[in-house]
Amino acid sequence: MAATTSAGAKADEGGMGYLQSLPRRVVTIYLPLVIFVFVLLFPFYWMAITAVKPNEQMTNFNDYSPFWVVNPTLEHIRYLLFDTSYPGWLWNTVLISVGSTVLSLLAAVFAAYAIERLRFQGSRQVGLGIFLAYLVPPSILFIPLSVMVFRLGLYDTPFALILTYPTFLVPFCTWLLMGYFRSIPFELEECALIDGASRWQILTRIILPLSVPGLISAGIFAFTLSWNEFIYALTFIQSSENKTVPVGVLTELVRSDVYEWGALMAGALIGSLPVVILYSFFVEHYVSSMTGAVKE
Amino acid sequence: MSAQARSMTSTRRTSSLSGLTESKGFLSFWFMLPAAVLLLVFLTYPLGLGVWLGFTDTRVGREGIWIGLENYEYLWDDSIFWLSVFNTLLYTISASILKFALGLWLALLLNENLPLKSFFRAVVLLPWVVPTVLSAIAFWWIYDSQFSIISWALIELGVIDQRINFLGDPNNARASVIAANVWRGIPFVAITLLAGLQTIPQSLYEAATLDGASRWQLFRFVTLPLLTPIIAITMTFSVLFTFTDFQLIYVLTRGGPVNATHLMATLSFQRGISGGQLGEGAAIAVAMIPFLLAAILFSYFGLQRRKWQQGGGD
Repeated sequence: MAATTSAGAKADEGGMGYLQSLPRRVVTIYLPLVIFVFVLLFPFYWMAITAVKPNEQMTNFNDYSPFWVVNPTLEHIRYLLFDTSYPGWLWNTVLISVGSTVLSLLAAVFAAYAIERLRFQGSRQVGLGIFLAYLVPPSILFIPLSVMVFRLGLYDTPFALILTYPTFLVPFCTWLLMGYFRSIPFELEECALIDGASRWQILTRIILPLSVPGLISAGIFAFTLSWNEFIYALTFIQSSENKTVPVGVLTELVRSDVYEWGALMAGALIGSLPVVILYSFFVEHYVSSMTGAVKE
Repeated sequence: MSAQARSMTSTRRTSSLSGLTESKGFLSFWFMLPAAVLLLVFLTYPLGLGVWLGFTDTRVGREGIWIGLENYEYLWDDSIFWLSVFNTLLYTISASILKFALGLWLALLLNENLPLKSFFRAVVLLPWVVPTVLSAIAFWWIYDSQFSIISWALIELGVIDQRINFLGDPNNARASVIAANVWRGIPFVAITLLAGLQTIPQSLYEAATLDGASRWQLFRFVTLPLLTPIIAITMTFSVLFTFTDFQLIYVLTRGGPVNATHLMATLSFQRGISGGQLGEGAAIAVAMIPFLLAAILFSYFGLQRRKWQQGGGD
């Protein structure tokens, strides 16, 4: 349904734009849009420019324009990569994000298929319950979870995070995949059933290949969410070498009163790059599935 | 659904084992098992454990005993707790209103027929994609008391005479964290509302224009009513995530100056984890639940209304 309406909107493209004169469009549309884009992007520009700025230019606004950099330096990035545990944090974050994403996707595919296609007794209630589970925020779970993590002996290990991130990833992925499975026609499954395929064969040979785009967007979402997670990583990890990027940058790079702004910004920039790159490859998936997931 | 087809397969199969693996209940049980185990162990159980901890005096490294409502009685007389409740409400309400207004505006702008449309959409989402903590660190530097670029630019433009103490003064600090939260939240609101806007048929606008509707009337009587359901859902999510925000405050102010920016989540962390009073921290977290329930109920009625608009049923 959404596809046909958006196609309809496309056919009308241009719409009633001709009713507005160009100067009017500039003031009511382009000018506010440029301001929005400037404000939304400025912090990234500032992050990037600070990351390559030599220290003496960073605080001297009189002799150097703060918006530009003369003689950019890679010193901050070198310091970050060779004199701190930053590469280790990056590795931890990748490991934890991949681990929790794979775990959540596996659980979510089966759950979504069962709720959406097996339609067992009470599947609607389970679907609603999963939606409600997504609304439970980490901010009210981190204290009891920290007690559990400690009792299970997982404190200060990557497993503490790999096992707790699914609490928000599984509901999210299941919800997203349920929407995706719903769009696959029943007839395909019925044909396969008549031909004698088992449920397992239907899932692996028909549903999964058809839902690759859905799996990709669920995977990207899950990866991004676990890459960005902070409160669990801050609470369950103690030692410097086990930290993730967001926690490491914040807690280890800020020492006493000396703020290494260059290194901090370089750390923030490099830590953001993987998700930004991932996202830029799949931006269309991202936007459509995000809006799809919310529209449910 | 495919009951007929399934009964055909089960008559073809004679082995009782394959009959069992094809039975709906059996399959559903195994398919639901991984997700159910993960969610029950790491979500439902901690939720209950959190409520229980709120009634105990558990500390880090020491089992607590049941102390009834003592934590809540203590919090009831604790002015810092009430300050954090006030801050959380102020933060949530003002940030949500700003996010909604600016996000809707941005969505309307992006819905226009623009050159580089997909480029703008991609770029606008960036603040939402980048890890909050890392963009908050950039804001920390932008809000620096001595070398803030905003202060410098405003002084150069002659708007102000001296540097703004962004994070040192209680009211400035509140405004600063709200601004950073709004900056991060606008993309989500804008893109979801944009998706809603694109489902509104162009012909409605054309018909209204022929009837002599002004641009404001087009917005007020065509766009807004058709967008209401998606606004309800988007804003519920936005309110929920703003209310439980932790990262931004933890990076920018850690609740300071003089607790002026402490939210319930950061206070819960400070008392529960940094201070080691797990029971008290859990009690603060539990105190957030009624507010969250209110938001979820709001969402529920938002969804109801959507069904009604589509003509009832599922």
